[in-house]
Amino acid sequence: MIQVRQLEKKFGRNSVLKKLDLSVGEGGIYAILGPNGSGKTSLIKCILGMTIPDRGEIKVNGLPVSQSWKYRKSINYMPQIAQFPGNLKLRELIRMIKDLREAPSDEDELIHLFGLEPFMGQKMAHLSGGTRQKANIILAFMFDSPILILDEPTTGLDPASLIKLKKLIRREKERGKTILLTSHIMSFVEDVADEIIYLLEGVIYFHGTIAQLKSHTGQDDVEHAIATIAEIKTPTYA
Amino acid sequence: MLKILKYSFYDLMRSRWSYVYFIFYLLLGFGLLFLNHDLSKGVITMMNIIVVLVPLIGTIFGIMYYYNSKEFTELLLAQPIRRSRIFLGQYLGVAGSLTMCLTLGLGIPFVIYGLFRSDAIWQFGLLILIGAFLTFIFTALAFNIAINNENRIKGFGYAILLWLFMAVLFDGIFLIALITFEQYPLDNFSLLATLFNPIDLSRILILLKLDISALLGYTGAVFKQFFGTHIGFLTSMSTLVLWTIVPILLLIRAAKRKDF
Repeated sequence: MIQVRQLEKKFGRNSVLKKLDLSVGEGGIYAILGPNGSGKTSLIKCILGMTIPDRGEIKVNGLPVSQSWKYRKSINYMPQIAQFPGNLKLRELIRMIKDLREAPSDEDELIHLFGLEPFMGQKMAHLSGGTRQKANIILAFMFDSPILILDEPTTGLDPASLIKLKKLIRREKERGKTILLTSHIMSFVEDVADEIIYLLEGVIYFHGTIAQLKSHTGQDDVEHAIATIAEIKTPTYA
Repeated sequence: MLKILKYSFYDLMRSRWSYVYFIFYLLLGFGLLFLNHDLSKGVITMMNIIVVLVPLIGTIFGIMYYYNSKEFTELLLAQPIRRSRIFLGQYLGVAGSLTMCLTLGLGIPFVIYGLFRSDAIWQFGLLILIGAFLTFIFTALAFNIAINNENRIKGFGYAILLWLFMAVLFDGIFLIALITFEQYPLDNFSLLATLFNPIDLSRILILLKLDISALLGYTGAVFKQFFGTHIGFLTSMSTLVLWTIVPILLLIRAAKRKDF
């Protein structure tokens, strides 16, 4: 589904991605983990074509992404920071994204699920951070695209909404979608992820299932296992 | 692109600042025509205000809109839309709504005071056309500055400096050059130098169309000879078109290479 080959990206002198290779198959939930500044968001943005890599190749559905835009029809993205034009009402924002994507959507169910009905007529600038994040979720989940990319989807969510989000992610997986997500919350990752991709300083140090991660590091707990990889610092591909 | 344009236009039409800008012109137009019933004189006074104010507002709105909609732009970039369309759409949205505020804000008082029955209509049309050009030029320049500067304070600073240079400093340097080299024939030099500043170009274009070039002395005669003819008028108009298109092309180029 997504192939990344020898991807390199520098911001000034700072090398963010170093000859990164990654292959993500069809279906399943992939969690990209790593400390701050390890290149998670850069990798995601390269896949989306928002950041332009210095070297290397990315293919989505077998087609190269550079200078292309149509492949984004098969991707839904939920950005890390939920900021929207303040003058638009939530209803108008949803209508606008629908209008731009020209794809069938089922936003009503999601609006109901997150209880956003009372906010539909309010301007985005007047909504709280958590409500905006819920709107962010709706915009990403309301379309039926084969790939979902979620950058820190749990930020600012209350526990009840977090449970709903997990359910949603699992439901999309059952529909055969490929979901790529980043998170710092290990319990969340352990709950939803099928495979873990551990990034450190622009290099993948581990790629495998949670069970493989545990056996590889000899730890029972994901949080400790991740910490152990960071200490071993030798790239492993299970 | 039309969709992006539509939504940025909507967004701006709802912002308070668009109304402030519109009402400012409305009040200015009514105030001026109330004090002085002559439409032609009104156009001249308006011109003096427009050639300085329109570039300033275009620059500030352009830079503010770009920075304020940064997160939204990122959301759009993840959608299946060509990059150049996103920025072009936003740019046309800003420049279009500013031009609309200008046209309506000045148009309403002038029409009420009998614009259609007077012979000042062509002069007024030219004034609005020049105002539109200046809006599109300076908004495009502001977008270029913003896209090349991540730091808002720097971007804002450069934008204001650009305006200051074009609106004030350029004339000063121009004047110093004329005084320093007064022994030499400077007609062609000054003609050429004018083409390099859209504000000066606009000012002179309107002054000459208003037939008050006698005020400009000998140089005025040279200018009249050039700008007064069809070729001169076409040259200056195409220069204004170039001033609009080149920054837009630069903007598209920068947009294609930028990392978000």
